[in-house]
Amino acid sequence: MNFDIFFRPRTMAVIGVSTSNDLHPANVVYSKNLLRYPVKIFPVNPKGGTLLNQTIYRSISEIDEEVELAIIAVRADLVPETVRECVAAGVKGAIVISGGFAEAGHQDLQDKMVLAAGGGNIPIIGPNCLGVFTPAHVDTFFLPSERTVQPGTGNVAIVSQSGGILVDLLVKFADEGIGLSSAVSIGNKAMVRELALLDHFINDPLTRVIVFYIEGFGENEGREFVLAAKDCPKPIVVLKSGKTAGGSRAVSSHTASLAGDYAVFQSVLKQHGVYVAANEFELTSYCEALSCYNQPAGKRIGIVSGSGGHGALAVDACYAYGLSAEEFDPPLQTALRKVLSENIKGIASVANPIDLTGSALEHDFEVTVETLSKSDQIDCILLLMLPYLPGITSDLGAKISMIYRRQGKPLIAYVPHVEKYRMLIEGFELNKVPVSSSIEGAVMMAKALTGNKND
Amino acid sequence: MINAAIHQIINSSQEYGWVMEPQAKEIFRLAGLPVPQFIVVKDITECGPAAKTLGYPLAAKVVSPEIIHKTEHQGVVVNIGDLAGLKDVFIDLSGLPGFQGVLLEKMSSGVELILGAKNDPQFGPVVLLGIGGIGVEIYKDTAIRMAPVATEDVDRMISELKGRKLLEGYRGAPAVNRTSLIETVRNFSLLSMELATHFESIDINPLFCAKDGCFVADARIILRQA
Repeated sequence: MNFDIFFRPRTMAVIGVSTSNDLHPANVVYSKNLLRYPVKIFPVNPKGGTLLNQTIYRSISEIDEEVELAIIAVRADLVPETVRECVAAGVKGAIVISGGFAEAGHQDLQDKMVLAAGGGNIPIIGPNCLGVFTPAHVDTFFLPSERTVQPGTGNVAIVSQSGGILVDLLVKFADEGIGLSSAVSIGNKAMVRELALLDHFINDPLTRVIVFYIEGFGENEGREFVLAAKDCPKPIVVLKSGKTAGGSRAVSSHTASLAGDYAVFQSVLKQHGVYVAANEFELTSYCEALSCYNQPAGKRIGIVSGSGGHGALAVDACYAYGLSAEEFDPPLQTALRKVLSENIKGIASVANPIDLTGSALEHDFEVTVETLSKSDQIDCILLLMLPYLPGITSDLGAKISMIYRRQGKPLIAYVPHVEKYRMLIEGFELNKVPVSSSIEGAVMMAKALTGNKND
Repeated sequence: MINAAIHQIINSSQEYGWVMEPQAKEIFRLAGLPVPQFIVVKDITECGPAAKTLGYPLAAKVVSPEIIHKTEHQGVVVNIGDLAGLKDVFIDLSGLPGFQGVLLEKMSSGVELILGAKNDPQFGPVVLLGIGGIGVEIYKDTAIRMAPVATEDVDRMISELKGRKLLEGYRGAPAVNRTSLIETVRNFSLLSMELATHFESIDINPLFCAKDGCFVADARIILRQA
């Protein structure tokens, strides 16, 4: 299924704008798209009038251009009729932001909405959702832009049953420097559900990693989903709520969804090659790594740091995640020591983890990574950066990333995420080297690269 | 297409909501699972000939549509060594509610596993393999897969179990017959697919696994509410 009209619409009507309330969801959607996105946008309200100096259309049928996408933010009981008008006007799809359907006990109203859409001829996202966000294209979230944090353009797509979780994930993506192809909140998923979106993003050339936040599947829908996921050439990462009995209760009251047994969910998804993230931390780590690398790497990790403690913690984390960090053989150790500066040659440890010590210079990090990149004893390099060491500068990120670009040995960095070290971090990230804000996160990234989702 | 004989058994069990052990074992036998020989005796006079056919030591289990959890109703007696003992057991079991007979079989031995299936609302039939015994609910050492499973899936399931060393030959014990275990789990998963519209859960607990193969020692199928 191709949902480009949702993610890259050329024309869009916002139905239900208010002439008196700037914070009405429809008004927020209207104004942010009018002011900041290339989509051509039309406000609709039966009462007419003007909004931000634009004429409000009394009905979608009055718009004399072809409208691809309709955003519906009217009262729930008016939604079925509004959908009928959209269908009559020839829209290609609609997003129903309004709540007050199955999640509030009004399944009948939701069924009427589906019926009004011709039972599937016109796809509808929602109801009870935020809709879509495609950086630089369209944003139907009814959240004022100045209040939200948005990641830049990238290759990760997110499909979320919950709008709140989606917005929160976007904050974390922005914080971690993970770029987004598109994000969509599907709410009650009356018509457009996970399976159809999986199909869309498999075929979307701008998406490399597909993320789902799932509260529960419908009857037997999980089976269809995993069978499709099994053949998906792109990595799929899933975060699921309802892991515990307490969590399941919270879900039931949230989106009137049947939450399944987590042990079954986790096992079955892993069986079919899906990454199951235990929490948001794992989710962002997996996404950042998978968005940078599309070839799987092995489990043998080489660790480089300027501190023995960092190296030791990283080794522990590697083994906890099923990776290995074995001692290098003597010839490699000799080769490593040979290229180091005179002042650290005698004090550095080069066995794995490599501790270049606090006296290391920029050059020492470069030659060490270069030497390891050429070694077939490891599959991936974990570089634990201590940006406060006197011998290194903020240029080191970009310099070392170039070694990866030349040699092709996967590289993952850890740099504390504070503003002061931003240039170092960007030196890596802009060159497609993932950077974690913690040692454990960096190890999770290495784990993601192994593509070994079954343990 | 569901096997007609299996269908017949399911139909005749519908009124109880579950399939009792003799009938469940018959279904498993039809599905190609390793079910040891058993005899259901309904009268005390049948005990002697049955024991002669099966051989001691024997396990005796009550057959009653009212008793799903036999152990909790003292409906299972193991290691019966002679006819006098067997007759005493028969008299005890015949006093249990809903008594229809006593299932007799020769004692099995080996590593106790649990092999089960659940009809999951989101994924349909899923199979579970775990280390059995009285600690099954405590240790929760299980592996779950969506049915049907392939040989590689079962191989991974076994590797996932913390107790896998018990299967690989622990402290001098011989390793269990892995080929037989894999075949059993595969056939069981195919059966769960065939019964998909009929069952809620299936338990083979325990499934005994030893050097010479696996044996279904107890079996129960809970049917889906119509």
